[in-house]
Amino acid sequence: MASDTSKLGFYLLLAPILLWLALLILLPHVGLFLVSISEKIGPREYETGFGNYSAFFTEPLYWRTFARTAIMSILATALTLLLGFPIAYYIAKITRGRTKTTLFLMCMIPFWVSELVRTFGWMILLRETGVFSQFLQWAGLVSGPVEMLYNDAAIMVGLVYTSILFMVVPLVTTLDSLDDSLIEAGYDLGGTTTAVMREIVIPHAMPGIVSGCIVVFMLSLGNYLTPILLGGKDSLWFTGMIYTQFITRFNWELGSAFGFLLLALSSLVVFLGLKLSGRSLSETMGRS
Amino acid sequence: MTETTPDLAPSDLECRDLVKEFSEFRAVDGVSFDVPQGSFFSILGPSGCGKTTLLRMIAGFQSPTSGDLLIKGRSMIGVPPNKRPVSMVFQHLALFPTMNIGENVGFGLRQRGVARAEIKRRVGEVLERVGLPGVSERRVDQLSGGQKQRVAIARCMVLEPDVLLLDEPLGALDLKLREHMKVELKALQAAFNTTFVYITHDQSEALVMSDNIAVMNKGRFEQIGTPQEVYHAPRTAFVAGFVGDANRIPVQVVDATGGTLTLKTGGGAPLKLDAAAQGSADWRPGQRAEVFLRPEAVDLLPAGSEQAEAANMVPGVVDAVLFNGANSTVTVRASDGSLMTAALPQTGVLAALRKGDAVTTRWHPSQARCYPVAEG
Repeated sequence: MASDTSKLGFYLLLAPILLWLALLILLPHVGLFLVSISEKIGPREYETGFGNYSAFFTEPLYWRTFARTAIMSILATALTLLLGFPIAYYIAKITRGRTKTTLFLMCMIPFWVSELVRTFGWMILLRETGVFSQFLQWAGLVSGPVEMLYNDAAIMVGLVYTSILFMVVPLVTTLDSLDDSLIEAGYDLGGTTTAVMREIVIPHAMPGIVSGCIVVFMLSLGNYLTPILLGGKDSLWFTGMIYTQFITRFNWELGSAFGFLLLALSSLVVFLGLKLSGRSLSETMGRS
Repeated sequence: MTETTPDLAPSDLECRDLVKEFSEFRAVDGVSFDVPQGSFFSILGPSGCGKTTLLRMIAGFQSPTSGDLLIKGRSMIGVPPNKRPVSMVFQHLALFPTMNIGENVGFGLRQRGVARAEIKRRVGEVLERVGLPGVSERRVDQLSGGQKQRVAIARCMVLEPDVLLLDEPLGALDLKLREHMKVELKALQAAFNTTFVYITHDQSEALVMSDNIAVMNKGRFEQIGTPQEVYHAPRTAFVAGFVGDANRIPVQVVDATGGTLTLKTGGGAPLKLDAAAQGSADWRPGQRAEVFLRPEAVDLLPAGSEQAEAANMVPGVVDAVLFNGANSTVTVRASDGSLMTAALPQTGVLAALRKGDAVTTRWHPSQARCYPVAEG
């Protein structure tokens, strides 16, 4: 039967994604959840309870790090949007033909290099004996070497840098689909540049803005390498804390609870963001 | 008695020797014209003739290389598009999809800082004038093509511009609706009494709606005139060929003395034209030329009908009948093999004409126009 064959084909095509979801996403999370609700009461002795979660709320260092990670990620997302929007607008609306392709490619090229190498690049620039420090000394602006690494600003620079591509790409796509004549019509009807941006360009780009922000926020929140390398020991990033629990402290139970809290946090922030911008997730993902 | 000076209608739009050069070519080449207040002015030309560039210069999206552009007597050189008293209806209308109809129409007023209640009143008013009362709350994609058209016009007219520019807005509509919108646009123009500048490549749009037509080719205006002038007295061979259908007959001048121009076709058949009806009077025997003859100027005489001998009578046989209702035509092949297209009235004995029938074509010497062919 033709319909049976097509059904078989459908399930065969669906199989890889189902396996992916079941084996790599669903199963580990179930395991993680089970570990997170087991409390260690003695060697090889466990009982079920939410003690790991309560430990998070009773220890200020844990939840403060958690809040700090969330706020820094939101800030990094906002900065990425502010920086990415003009770049995307320039690529999508102002340049034409070959320049456009070249510029777009130039945004991509740094991402051919591993994130680790790129982050080391920032370290070479920012460290005490680095390029910036030496330039400032050579120019006579400072008397001694300046340490620019291992602070929040360095983390922010790194986060914005690693995620800006994921903001620029969806923005270029949505802005590309904006008909130039709509912008011209806006000017023709007496609109100033600000008004045209606010009333025509940004509402049109909204799906791209929202999906770009979601991706950048998730990447920043879950980033491990950049905060640790650029922020140093005191970076206090929540993923670092999870790492410590799993690897250094060998406390898988607390680490799992932290993992679940991070998942809850990112879901909550994305949900609030969508509510604020008045869009649904399916609409946002479907359009860009 | 006091003498009153005649009220000269001031020009709403005036172009003086306007030139636009791109790196490789001249898109607009020394165009001068003026459009009196309240008239419907069309710029007609094939695609790529520079008409869109001209319109965009008037709107302010492109600046001319040289020349001057005046609206209500004020030069517009260096004035940005959002400061010009002109509005434009775009080819694909460019209604803002993120706004509803009311917000679309009110956009311009909002930019001027008009009070909210006043915007609402004026938007309602203008939508009523274009025949779409109560659509303010609807989304753009809930309207039909013709309704969108009227919203686009309302969005411009609510600002009371001195000149409304229209960039082939009927191009995207289907044929039936296009015919309807032609009449409607003309009626709207009369109702608003605003100057319309309309660009199109469709001669029938230009002929139906315009008070004046400028025929444009390769960046230049070939002729400016009323639809009747452009159709009946085309100044150049391009205009004669572009506006309306025409039989194009290559000829050679035989004799140009007296009031008659005698020509011969490639097949040797003699043609006679009234010399007075021609733009040029400078004919030399032997000169090559082209005769343009409208299909409706050709009379068809069925075989057997008694006719007195007259000029430009050629016997032939029907080569093809192209039935198209009131616009039906017939192609007649003369004995020397040349083809002539004639309008075929769908009344009387001619309606029964079939392929292979013998028929004689005849046209009056004053009906055709002749243009010299550039040598070389």
